[in-house]
Amino acid sequence: MENIIELNNVTKRFGGITALNKASLKVTKGEVVGLIGDNGAGKSTLIKTLVGVYSPDEGDIFIRGKKINAWNALKARESGIETVFQDRALTPQQSIVKNIFMGKELRYPFGFIKEKEQIFEANRLIREIGFTSKLINAESPVGNLSGGERQGVAIARAIYNKAELIVLDEPTNNLSLNETQKVFDFVLNVKKSNRSVLFIGHNIYHVYDISDRFVILDRGEVVHQINKNDISTPEELMKIMRDTIGTH
Amino acid sequence: MSNNNSYLSNYFHRNGRALGSIGYFVLLMVIFLIGAPEAWIRPNLHQSVFVMMPTLIFLTIPLVFLVASGEIDLSFASTYAVAAYVFALLVKNGVDPAICLVLGIFTGAAIGALVGTLIVVFRLSSLVASLGVLFLLRGVILLLSNSRSITIMEVENHWIYPLLVGNFYGFPMQIFWAAIFVIFCYYFFNKHVFGIHIQHVGDNSVSAEQMGINVNAVKIKAFMFVGVGAAIGGIFTTMITYTFFPTQGFGYLLLALAAVFVGGTPYWGGLGTIIGAVFGVGIIAYMEIGIIAIGWSGEWRQFFNGLIILLALLGHRLHGERVR
Repeated sequence: MENIIELNNVTKRFGGITALNKASLKVTKGEVVGLIGDNGAGKSTLIKTLVGVYSPDEGDIFIRGKKINAWNALKARESGIETVFQDRALTPQQSIVKNIFMGKELRYPFGFIKEKEQIFEANRLIREIGFTSKLINAESPVGNLSGGERQGVAIARAIYNKAELIVLDEPTNNLSLNETQKVFDFVLNVKKSNRSVLFIGHNIYHVYDISDRFVILDRGEVVHQINKNDISTPEELMKIMRDTIGTH
Repeated sequence: MSNNNSYLSNYFHRNGRALGSIGYFVLLMVIFLIGAPEAWIRPNLHQSVFVMMPTLIFLTIPLVFLVASGEIDLSFASTYAVAAYVFALLVKNGVDPAICLVLGIFTGAAIGALVGTLIVVFRLSSLVASLGVLFLLRGVILLLSNSRSITIMEVENHWIYPLLVGNFYGFPMQIFWAAIFVIFCYYFFNKHVFGIHIQHVGDNSVSAEQMGINVNAVKIKAFMFVGVGAAIGGIFTTMITYTFFPTQGFGYLLLALAAVFVGGTPYWGGLGTIIGAVFGVGIIAYMEIGIIAIGWSGEWRQFFNGLIILLALLGHRLHGERVR
């Protein structure tokens, strides 16, 4: 199977604190990887390094087998990696359409924006995601939306850009049951179209349900990896997690 | 019905601040008209305003971009003089004024880039750092020029003079260029990647960074644009008066800032309005000149400028607080 992305022995420090210590992780085409670990295990740092927000102090990053130098967020997006960040990475005073196309605007020559095309696409995406309120259209400001609707905007952005790998950082936090189900449906759709998902969560049941493979992170290190085929219940995963965390 | 409501509310979200400042402008005109109709109908009142407005527009509109990006700059009032000095000195030394114009604008951009880089790279407060640069550059100008002005009558015979600041059948050309500048900036702010990125960066720079926008580069470019605007304003004024003054620009510092905020651009970043700023400039310019025109003493100017800033802030407050 082709690797979409591979991190090899990546270390990241903040001041004197080592947030990631020689962590290695790969995601292959069409798989859903669940990244789990306690608070402070380094999940967010790992994700932000993977998607180019942080640059690693040591270690290598490979995209489809090719080593990448000077990794950054723009390069990650151009390589087909889209992220739904924990904080959703929205600009609340701006419209939905501006948020969906943030950083990847549809452009005419000389950098002018294809506004009509963007609005048309954004309205289509809003319907696809299933915003319920009729009061919402592409030009509504994001600040007027509920938490679930904002998550919808962040997901719409990832859908539009047809990413090969979608990284979801705690996507079900603060969502209703109905909204959580929508996120799961989205992940299954992505998988069906043979694209990949990296799913980060601390609700182990959520992660268990949708992942093909689990990666357990503890104190900045990848301490265990296991395929879903090798276990049969979320309780079993929980036990493995308890046994590995804090023992290395 | 609900859809109509949503379009209406989106319209007000986008344009409410500009409409607010247009409202203030109209109100001010009505007050002048009622208070001093005989002064109002004299064309020379409006002529004086229209002479003052272009310079203020070149200074104010780029500040809207910068404030929307979440930063502020005070040093533009000195950049204005530095660019004018470079222009006047080169003209005096026989360089072609067209080349001097380009070099003067380039000077403004370079100063903007330096100020922006200083603030962004060292994470300085833009208010305090640009205050420092404001004094520093003014000092440099006073030292270099020995506090002497430079007269450049020779520009009058060059082709750029009638083109840029000449009279076209009684119409001052600088108004034409200021109008072109406004139209350009309107599209640049609202329909161009540069303006859109500025709004994202000023709204939430962490989000913008996560989406791959180079936040520092966007901010430095906004500072450069302020430098360019200041340079154009300074050079135009120098050409109109045929004279470079070492103290020039200082008087515009607070007026241009006032025009930005009276114009409806909020101080917190992420939002801005070009049209609003044009009317903000109109309000400030009419206050400066209108008070005198209706026969009140100059002392009232500052009082009313202060009053209008406070009233404008209170009015724009009605439009809503920052959403997060």
